[in-house]
Amino acid sequence: MQRTKFQKTMQTGLFTVVCILYLMPIFIVLMNSFKSNSAVNTSTFAFPNIDSFVGFSNYINGMNVGEFPFYKSVMYSVIITVSSSALILVCTSMAAWYISRVNSTFSKIVYYLCVFSMVVPFQMVMFTLAKTANTLHLDTPYTIPVIYLGFGAGLAVFMFVGFVKGIPLEIEEAASIDGCGPLRTFFLVVFPMLKPVLISVGVLEIMWIWNDYLLPYLVLDRTKYKTIPIHIQYLQGSYGHVDLGAVMALIIISIVPIIIFYLTCQKYIVKGVVEGAVKG
Amino acid sequence: MKRRAKNTNSAVSAKLIRRPIQRYFPLFLLPTFAAFCIGFIYPFCKGVYLSFCKFTTTSNATWIGLGNYVKALNDASFLHAFKYTALVAITSLIVINVLAFAVAYALTRGIKGSNIFRTVFFMPNLIGGIVLGYIWSMIFDGILSRYGTSIVLSTTYGYWGLIILMAWQQIGYMMIIYIAGLQSVPGDMLEAAKIDGANGWHTLWHITIPTIMPSITICTFLTLTNSFKLFDQNLVLNGGQPFVFMSDGTVIKSTEMLALNIYNTFYLNSNSRGTGQAKAVLFFILVAAIAFIQFSATRKKEVQQ
Repeated sequence: MQRTKFQKTMQTGLFTVVCILYLMPIFIVLMNSFKSNSAVNTSTFAFPNIDSFVGFSNYINGMNVGEFPFYKSVMYSVIITVSSSALILVCTSMAAWYISRVNSTFSKIVYYLCVFSMVVPFQMVMFTLAKTANTLHLDTPYTIPVIYLGFGAGLAVFMFVGFVKGIPLEIEEAASIDGCGPLRTFFLVVFPMLKPVLISVGVLEIMWIWNDYLLPYLVLDRTKYKTIPIHIQYLQGSYGHVDLGAVMALIIISIVPIIIFYLTCQKYIVKGVVEGAVKG
Repeated sequence: MKRRAKNTNSAVSAKLIRRPIQRYFPLFLLPTFAAFCIGFIYPFCKGVYLSFCKFTTTSNATWIGLGNYVKALNDASFLHAFKYTALVAITSLIVINVLAFAVAYALTRGIKGSNIFRTVFFMPNLIGGIVLGYIWSMIFDGILSRYGTSIVLSTTYGYWGLIILMAWQQIGYMMIIYIAGLQSVPGDMLEAAKIDGANGWHTLWHITIPTIMPSITICTFLTLTNSFKLFDQNLVLNGGQPFVFMSDGTVIKSTEMLALNIYNTFYLNSNSRGTGQAKAVLFFILVAAIAFIQFSATRKKEVQQ
């Protein structure tokens, strides 16, 4: 049953159409981000025309819509995502090395608690976690990484331990004989070997923290600090009172970095995201 | 002999690796462990304790035993949320897995440009739940406003709207897992089937699907837990609307799912926080049970292979 060239072309054509339809929602938002507020409401699916086209003014107005400037939300989102992911990568990889090399009861208990924490939904701890964070003053963008490290440690430790167990001990013994202490052995010998799993865990944490809504919403002092998801949800809550064209512009601003990030390191992102799910 | 060799080996590695690291405990394990205590262990234990208490903040808790659990299980809105979540979970499980498998199957048959198609299908997965909910609520309202209605006015539209949203978000993800599974189906097996006269449908049903059973198990449980934990999308798409007011004064939010129901019990009324925490514990047990079933299911498969 040889399939003809014609059939293959047909299939490619079919999939092209499906893919264009699949991207329609993003395209509609993009289109609406160039339209005036009333046009977004009345003719959501029409192309911008002479009456409704407003150029880039939505992008400029969007920055100041609501009481909280959007650029600040972007800034806090970036600060929280970068610092939390970096902290998680360094701390949990060190912890995972300790756990897999020191075979004590304590490290086993920590490991199994980490595995256990992966099945606990956030709603279980949200109230007590937010209260604890406020008591310890971990409620600013600069201290919230501690909370992310604590709540996100489970999956990261689990993935690192799984990888470190496969690294032969002889390499570290050699380093040790050559005079490396644990610190140098870890950072000069073990850490570089962790590269594939560092990328996977990094991608997972970045995607989680960048898109996370409820944790920063409950932990942060919302009058002073907002992240992008909190900002967008806040605008959604005041539906009808805000300039919808401007909100569309903000949505575009917030998904463009993700799409660029995705298109540039697609291979790692797909691998990382799927690995985390399959193991977790 | 062998054992002694092993013993000396482990003695060497103990001296070279284990003991030096153990001295560095404060540097290697302590930071993560301390944060883990703050971010998980303490809130979890306190949460379990508070589920047996009456409280509005963590400092004024008084022990009342199982009262919160009785209240939670008699709460009509909680039971409704459970049923609704289960319904959404089952529908989305079928829709997402069938479509994701179909796409994966088509894309592994050497279509030109399949890499680009994969990229496109996976993309929505990276957009966060809040933004996703906003985009789709705008689209659905754009369509429905022509017929004089809205997604927040109808349970049916809210339900299918959520299914479409979840499918859009997750098909690409499950597709990647299915593609990995499909690529591991041995080519000679398919060839042998062809020589023996099996048609495409037979090959799919008797060879391909049994071989990729592990992928199917993973995707099934992933979609299931994703639905049960769903919060952001539910909150933004329609926030549980439309509301139904019962004769005894309770409000049932007809499209509210479990996670949102727990959140509302906590934060809409500070007097029902005890009940909210009890609901959260029940929710945790449910999610953990699903994870445990998944674990034993995959374990069994591994033993068989």
